[in-house]
Amino acid sequence: MSELTVCIGGQAGDGIQSIGETVARSFSRLGLHVFGMNAYQSVIRGGHVYYTARTSTERPYSQGDGVDILYALDRQTVDVHGPGVRPGGYVVFDAEKFAVAASDLPPGVTALAVPTLEIARKYTTQSILQNGAGVGAVAFLAGIPLDVLHEVLTDSFGRKKGEIVDWNLGASAAGYQFAGAHAKVHASAVHKAGPPKLLMTGNQAIALGAAAGGLKFLAQYPMTPASSIMHWMADHSHSLGIVVKQAEDELASINMAIGASFGGVRAMTATSGGGFSLMVEALGMAGMTETPVVVVDSQRAGPSTGLPTKTEQGDLNLMLGAGQGEFPRAILAPSHPKEAIPIMVEAFRLAEKWQTPVMVASDLHLSENHATVDREEISFDFEPENLIAVEPNGHDYKRYQYTESGVSPRAVPGQAGLQFIAGSDEHDEKGHLVSDVKSGIPHWVAERARMMDKRMHKLEGLRHDSPPMVLEGPADAPLTFVAWGSTIGAVRDAMRVLAAQGRPTNLLHFPTVYPVDPQAVKEAIGRAHRTLLVEANFTGQFGRLLRAETGVELPERLLKYDGEPFSPHEIVARALEVLNHGGK
Amino acid sequence: MAESSATPTATPTGPALPLVGKSDTKPTWCPGCGDFGVVAAVEMALKRLQIPSQNVVIVSGIGCSSNLPHFLNSYGFHAIHGRAVPVAEGIRWANHGLTVIGTGGDGDGFGIGVGHFIHAMRRNVDLTYVTMDNQIYGLTTGQASPTSRMGQKTKSTPWGVIEEPIDPISLALASGATYVARGFSGDVKQLADLVAGGIQHHGFSFVDVFSPCVTYNKVNTFDFFRQRVYKLESAGHDPTNLVQAFARSVEWGDKIPVGLFYRTEKPTYEDLEEVLAAGPLLHQKAGLKGREALLDEFV
Repeated sequence: MSELTVCIGGQAGDGIQSIGETVARSFSRLGLHVFGMNAYQSVIRGGHVYYTARTSTERPYSQGDGVDILYALDRQTVDVHGPGVRPGGYVVFDAEKFAVAASDLPPGVTALAVPTLEIARKYTTQSILQNGAGVGAVAFLAGIPLDVLHEVLTDSFGRKKGEIVDWNLGASAAGYQFAGAHAKVHASAVHKAGPPKLLMTGNQAIALGAAAGGLKFLAQYPMTPASSIMHWMADHSHSLGIVVKQAEDELASINMAIGASFGGVRAMTATSGGGFSLMVEALGMAGMTETPVVVVDSQRAGPSTGLPTKTEQGDLNLMLGAGQGEFPRAILAPSHPKEAIPIMVEAFRLAEKWQTPVMVASDLHLSENHATVDREEISFDFEPENLIAVEPNGHDYKRYQYTESGVSPRAVPGQAGLQFIAGSDEHDEKGHLVSDVKSGIPHWVAERARMMDKRMHKLEGLRHDSPPMVLEGPADAPLTFVAWGSTIGAVRDAMRVLAAQGRPTNLLHFPTVYPVDPQAVKEAIGRAHRTLLVEANFTGQFGRLLRAETGVELPERLLKYDGEPFSPHEIVARALEVLNHGGK
Repeated sequence: MAESSATPTATPTGPALPLVGKSDTKPTWCPGCGDFGVVAAVEMALKRLQIPSQNVVIVSGIGCSSNLPHFLNSYGFHAIHGRAVPVAEGIRWANHGLTVIGTGGDGDGFGIGVGHFIHAMRRNVDLTYVTMDNQIYGLTTGQASPTSRMGQKTKSTPWGVIEEPIDPISLALASGATYVARGFSGDVKQLADLVAGGIQHHGFSFVDVFSPCVTYNKVNTFDFFRQRVYKLESAGHDPTNLVQAFARSVEWGDKIPVGLFYRTEKPTYEDLEEVLAAGPLLHQKAGLKGREALLDEFV
């Protein structure tokens, strides 16, 4: 497998993300698969930020383990990422800003000084144009044709026209030519591989999937790393006919979404753990009133404010236990943008069908990083059912009617003769309170239990209607990874590395982390020779959930809680340990 | 089915649709509770305006007064403590053909839910919010509320309240509410007029109601208010004058004004949300079938 990884580093405000996206998009335009990781800090200016654009002949699922071309806008980038540059690689820098000696770099790595500021000064006094010259040099080394780079740059300026675009095209051509005159293209340089691929972040895929699933109302309060769901939806709200409301807080966000859902549209909110914590009470209200709602929790490293720009899978316990009392819920977890779209469609379908909250667990690593998707992998064919589906049946209408499945006929305000009260208090089939003068009276004691049974019965429906566990890789492999969410990306890449070493492995992937099918899990784990649980949290929350639900133990674990995503090599190393020494 | 659902331009034709009346659930409020007057006034107002019960949603939070939706036969959402307003906003945005009325108490609206109250007013969402303000927490058996007066002794303040109360009227004026009124549940006729005016008003309408708690508030009783309230319309108040409205709003003591403090016309949130120009959201197309061109932006 031939791969090429470009890393661009500097300070916040240097335009690192936009250079990185330009490189990543140039690869995807060439028909190559890409994983693009934008690593940043909770500062607007300064600090250290970097973007890693990794492409390979097989789809990369993570940022990988090394760098082939490093473009350093500051010296810190050389210090931090220089040691990771592989032999045959380049470090692009501007000698006018700082020096890089060959002895600073690993053997076989070339320091290529490009006069980016000098090139920029031919056009403008704005030093940001150095990025144009730098990305031109990077494009040459990476094998990106100049016309492809220019197309991507022009498109990135959107409707902006005029000298700013011309300057960038000129500076990038100069950088390209300079590199051509002073260096050779990298040995793993890319070539056009097919029609352009789609490059999107997890949040963009989540937003697309929500719209495809029938979303008409999104209420959200800004919080990293969920905010860009709202940004994409707001940009498209007029063309798609979706109301996007930035609420005063997360309490309002989820309550507005529940109100809108009760009012007859598919509704959602999105947040990170801190905001999700504020939504907890209303989540139970959605469960109690049997109002569908979809809640995306894009997790970041906690607890409390934690590491706002770093990733973690630490909110699973929270999502599982959110809300006083008990009510049915499902938690879905896409691992890649290509999965996020159908998962969101499923989230809306399940919430609607089972009339209960459905949570989607994303995290910073999935939400904010780029990956490529083929058009053929995306389907917009889902046609949301008309919500106004209950026929009036006069005075006998029972909003919370006892049924076999636990799902009762749902009326929408405006429908004649079906008026009911959605109550957060316990209620009878007609929605009448049993919480005050009836509670404790034997008949109503029994009714309360019956209503709990009815609601909780929907959990069994969800268990069998939610996307099932998937086994990826050879069935009889000597090691089975168990993972969920974005962590699966690095696991998939590690599986390739292991396979190339003659160590086949497989993966149990849980697009539904709750509720799982205990029998299926027990059988799958029972068939595994050895297992390795991989999760980005301290306590192995999913492992604990699986044990609670099924009784299976997953003794070998690889847990990470430093805020950084898994790298394939960490997983490979732990897998080899388990394969060579571990028990089951 | 869709045509039976409310649209903003619906004009009643054909046989008259059933109007809002009492439900088959009897109020569980204490005998003599001020809230009986409020539910009667809301019912009278809706009947007078001939709004069919199927097109009315009454949303409440938690507290004695928040049980109100159960006692009328419209649609209702009995939400959690403090969140009636955002639930009501969501309902309006899903279907702005509906008449949405928020109800609740002073703890619900001015304590735990005060943030939502302020923001809904600055948005001028077209809903009517009626608060049953009894200056006490009743359902939790008598603690101080955000509108309890300085010095009032309650279970949680046995030595007297030592913080100033919120004034809901001046708060509403400052927050941009476009219809601000105060009623008294001892005068159901006037209250019904104020609620009807609020429902008819195009924008956020706020009606704060002195609705005495006969069990836990021995200070702010029916008699207390009967002896003090005077009607703004009989006092030459100009409800189009914001400065006058502020001046009246801070009156407290021997003379306490009731009636319409302020009314103005402004575009509502729903007017300004372009997506809703195409009609109630619930009747608009959902999903992305045939919208594959949307993917071009990701190339």
